[in-house]
Amino acid sequence: MNSVFGLHSIRFIALLLVQVVICSHINFLGYINPYIYIIFIFLFPIRENRLVLLLTSFLLGMLVDMFLDSGGVHAAASVFLAYTRPILLKTSFGMLYEHQSIKFSNTEIGSLITYITFGTLIHHLVLFSLEIFNISGILLILKKTLFSSIFTIILCLLIIILFSRNKK
Amino acid sequence: MQQIINFVIRNKTFLLFFLLFSIALALTIQSHSYHRSKFINSANSLTGGVYSISNSVDGYFGLKKENEILSEENKQLKEALFNLKNSSNGVTVDSSFAGKVFKVRTAEVYKNSYSLTNNYLTINKGKNDSIQQDFGVITSKGIVGIIDNISGNYATVLSILNKKSKINAKLKSTTHKGSLTWDGKSPHFTQLEDISTFAPVKVGDTIETGGESAIFPKGIGIGTVDSIEKDISGDTYTLQVKLFNDMTNIGTIYIIENLDRAEILDLESSNNE
Repeated sequence: MNSVFGLHSIRFIALLLVQVVICSHINFLGYINPYIYIIFIFLFPIRENRLVLLLTSFLLGMLVDMFLDSGGVHAAASVFLAYTRPILLKTSFGMLYEHQSIKFSNTEIGSLITYITFGTLIHHLVLFSLEIFNISGILLILKKTLFSSIFTIILCLLIIILFSRNKK
Repeated sequence: MQQIINFVIRNKTFLLFFLLFSIALALTIQSHSYHRSKFINSANSLTGGVYSISNSVDGYFGLKKENEILSEENKQLKEALFNLKNSSNGVTVDSSFAGKVFKVRTAEVYKNSYSLTNNYLTINKGKNDSIQQDFGVITSKGIVGIIDNISGNYATVLSILNKKSKINAKLKSTTHKGSLTWDGKSPHFTQLEDISTFAPVKVGDTIETGGESAIFPKGIGIGTVDSIEKDISGDTYTLQVKLFNDMTNIGTIYIIENLDRAEILDLESSNNE
């Protein structure tokens, strides 16, 4: 229990720092940034209380907001992703989730990709809708969501695969 | 009573989600209005500390460029100085009558964003360096923004690349004035609205600050006119302004304090009463 808590605390801080120091300043093609801090929400232990997940996601989003001066958009998107996570888990992992026996380090890569893709799309859609906050900017919202999602999904998968292989 | 408690316990996840989401949404909406004191901003010792460490590392990569900008600015200042000496032709001007109106301080940029719709910079000067809200921020080339939130050692700057930003600006050749806004699209262009159609404006004309507000002195460069568009009403132009500043690459900035600001604001508020 203690080591799990320690692991997730370190992951929380590391992802936050990498996000605000490096990933938010990439600006690929002028506006495309990956938001990799959501890996924390993806990999949060499943058996843990959902209320804890909601609260920590809110805290993480709020800290990112504080660093990036973006009001509360990251907090809102993170909390939304944390709330919809069980549905995503059920659709992408099916039976495994019902038995509460998912280990992210040794699941099928296909299910993992589905899970991360849908999660990232939901998170980014909420994020950019709130950031632009204007219905006439719907095309801009969709464009930003699409391109940033591609970037985020690739980076998330790479990071998850890289670090889970190490632990074996 | 029992039922209410049961209801809360049954739906506790949804209720917590709803509460947190509402808080986040409230903060988002609040951040869309100008100059509300926000709790969530990067002018505090935690974010400032992290940015100062990361800046101390990647500051080295821009040193050469920074040097070029400085020597270019030195050249311009030297030119202005020599021309001034020649024109005064040995007549000493008594400077005791010419009061100092603007005070300039330098600061380093710790964080600069330009890809969002509401962009802010974080700089390493704050209340302890006598920086206050609504001071102007410029570089050697042109304007950057206005000081927004301040803490002890750090401050955030409301960039001109921000939908909330509205800065008084004018054509250099005439005195037709308008307000400078941003449409959130390109970090190299801003829009100058409400220029009268009587103004003789051409593509390539220079736009500078108007000096109507107590924030910026008159005549600081902003950019050049890139294209001209007539408003729907047909009475005013909206000009696309190509900025002199490369807003994506800002290292050192100057903060301008208008020493007469309190007096000007006092006078304006007494007029409004």
